[in-house]
Amino acid sequence: MHIPDGYLGPATCGIFYAVMLPIWTIASRIVKKTLQVKQVPILAIGAAFSFVIMMFNVPIPGGSTGHAVGGVLVAILLGPWAACIAITVALVIQALLFGDGGITAIGANCFNMAFVLPFVGYYVYNAISFNTPAESGRSALAAGIAGYIGINIAAIFAGVEFGLQPMLHHTAAGQALYCPYGLNVAVPAMAGEHLLVFGWVEAVVTALVIKYLQKQAPDYLQAKEA
Amino acid sequence: MKITTKLWIGLAVLVVLSPLGLIIPDHFKAGSAWGEWGGDEIKALVGYVPQGLEKLAGLWNAPIPDYAFKGWEAKGLPQLSLAYVISAIVGILFIVLTVILVGKLLVKKGG
Repeated sequence: MHIPDGYLGPATCGIFYAVMLPIWTIASRIVKKTLQVKQVPILAIGAAFSFVIMMFNVPIPGGSTGHAVGGVLVAILLGPWAACIAITVALVIQALLFGDGGITAIGANCFNMAFVLPFVGYYVYNAISFNTPAESGRSALAAGIAGYIGINIAAIFAGVEFGLQPMLHHTAAGQALYCPYGLNVAVPAMAGEHLLVFGWVEAVVTALVIKYLQKQAPDYLQAKEA
Repeated sequence: MKITTKLWIGLAVLVVLSPLGLIIPDHFKAGSAWGEWGGDEIKALVGYVPQGLEKLAGLWNAPIPDYAFKGWEAKGLPQLSLAYVISAIVGILFIVLTVILVGKLLVKKGG
């Protein structure tokens, strides 16, 4: 889901930087108010976890690869705004050091994976685990479902961003200037892969870590304010 | 043991296992992620390299491109796996330093 340089036109890149700017600003303000000093190591671990889990490429045999993001997990533990910051840090380091995701697409990639994914996941988790103890089986299940839905909605957004490009930018002869696939290909491809394969990876990773923390550190699972 | 210590150990285990993310896709002959193709791949898919894409694709020269050292592209899986583990360590170091810095800027003391 890391959109590289050259797949999105300048307009799309600019818009997503413009959209992310206020989101990053609000996230900083909220984290400033709510995050405690002792939570900073967990934020660092969360960002590092998201980074390293994205290195575990899962193949679709003979086809493409994909991976979990781990972002819903961070959102459940620290709230969606802190997760936004943690995943942004991971995505920026990936783009700058490893060329994983484009420099011009940092806005769009952060919108999909550092905003849509943790927020959708966080609210799905809260809706399902509402009124249940954080240590319950239903909460772990809710975490898995939240991971699955969060990454899928993010993938659909990425598919739409890819798919709009041929419409927005093409030569007089009809050749695409950036991503060559339209909505009719990009959205089903991105959604299909994540619905069938990568969404389940995110679900299992999220549920397993929550299950582990329920046993080892239940005090980290108390509801976080959005 | 403190839970954060356990989680750091968990991260270290993930770092050591990370080459699986390289080896397993290679074994199943899976290619790039959707929408993350290089110029040659995209030409094979649609018959041409979109002009704007060609221009922008080389915009940034990452120091460790695709979690492999420059010039190591043709090396075998063992070397690429080593580069992958080192990339994971370098990436985590940068991320942890950045978060600590952000934390220092954002979080008030004694909270």
